[in-house]
Amino acid sequence: MNVLTLALAILLLIAGAWAVVARSAFAAVSGFIVCGLLLAVVWLILGAPDVALTEAAIGGGLTGALLFGACGVLQDSSTVRNSRSVSLRIAGALLSLLVACGLGAAFLLLPEPAPGLGGEVRSSMAATGLENPVTAVLLTFRAWDTLLEKVVVLLALVGVWSFAPDSLWAGRPGVRYRLDPHVIFLAQVLCPIGIVVGVYLFWVGASAPGGAFQCATIFAALWVLVTMAGLADPLPVGRLVVRIAVVAGAVVFSGIGVAGFFWAGAFLAYPVEFAKPLILLIEAALTLSVAFTLGLLVAGSPARGEEP
Amino acid sequence: MNLLLDGFTVLLVAAGGFFFLAGTVGLLRFPDTLTRLHALTKADNLGLGLVVLGLALQAGSLWEVGKLLLVWFLVLLSSATVSQLMAQRAHLRSREK
Repeated sequence: MNVLTLALAILLLIAGAWAVVARSAFAAVSGFIVCGLLLAVVWLILGAPDVALTEAAIGGGLTGALLFGACGVLQDSSTVRNSRSVSLRIAGALLSLLVACGLGAAFLLLPEPAPGLGGEVRSSMAATGLENPVTAVLLTFRAWDTLLEKVVVLLALVGVWSFAPDSLWAGRPGVRYRLDPHVIFLAQVLCPIGIVVGVYLFWVGASAPGGAFQCATIFAALWVLVTMAGLADPLPVGRLVVRIAVVAGAVVFSGIGVAGFFWAGAFLAYPVEFAKPLILLIEAALTLSVAFTLGLLVAGSPARGEEP
Repeated sequence: MNLLLDGFTVLLVAAGGFFFLAGTVGLLRFPDTLTRLHALTKADNLGLGLVVLGLALQAGSLWEVGKLLLVWFLVLLSSATVSQLMAQRAHLRSREK
């Protein structure tokens, strides 16, 4: 372990501790985001660029944006004190420490070489038509987990929407942003670049780190940016097109999964000759749904009527 | 030739690091939002620019240089926009008082 890695680990611990002990909610969220970004660098050093991409996009970026949104909803977040008592905080810290020590012990006690299914994944890769083992695991060998993950994201959105009062259900989420020349300029320059990067991540997912989730996060971020520039208003959540976009991923995924019974003999199994196109179709539907869902999560629960 | 390039890289990256350090000190020490933004954007723009220049000398291909410059450009753009927004907010707040 070299000095830089050690410094990074110490910084990570400091950022994590800061997120827990910071007095104001705003400061705590800032610590959390820094922690997520440092963690992404750590994953990169550990040779897991797929995890690093997801951590930076979801852990640092999206969750951070959601938490900042929550700070904004709480009136004057800079003065919101963490009201938990000291003893509760100490109990929480001890519990976290226990989990960390348990994980560390489990990791250090692993036999050498560590047990795993890496070899089996590599030997079965040819059947999937993919070259990136991470994508192969996510969309074929453990497709069931990925499907459930998408359903969880969908449930989270339903949870956010359910905060809307009855009269505004199916209305437009969040506030209407005023046109702001600076943000408009940023959106105009960033959108073309973001679209290229997003599509690239989507396509390269078959053979290198990338994939539907990373691409969808970038698209969702662009959508949020365009909304914040005041150029677009989020669609009312009652619109059929919004509903279809949000469920498309899970529907296509489980539809192809059920079809697997007939053409390959098992749920979520693909016929070998069509594996690659089917995976691409699922990924495209997932990208659409995840991008919409993440964008709508950031926009929040319906807060205005149907009218603009 | 390589030694010369390495020397320039060390020099440029060190200068970039100095700007980041100065920016951080400014962020901690300066009295109000506008001056702190000034310190911060200096670190972003000049510090990162120097680091990118230093790294570009070590790049294996023109593509890599292009990617490094793109990173610099994107950071320039977003830091300029964000600091504009923050400055606007600070200005409005100071007028309210």
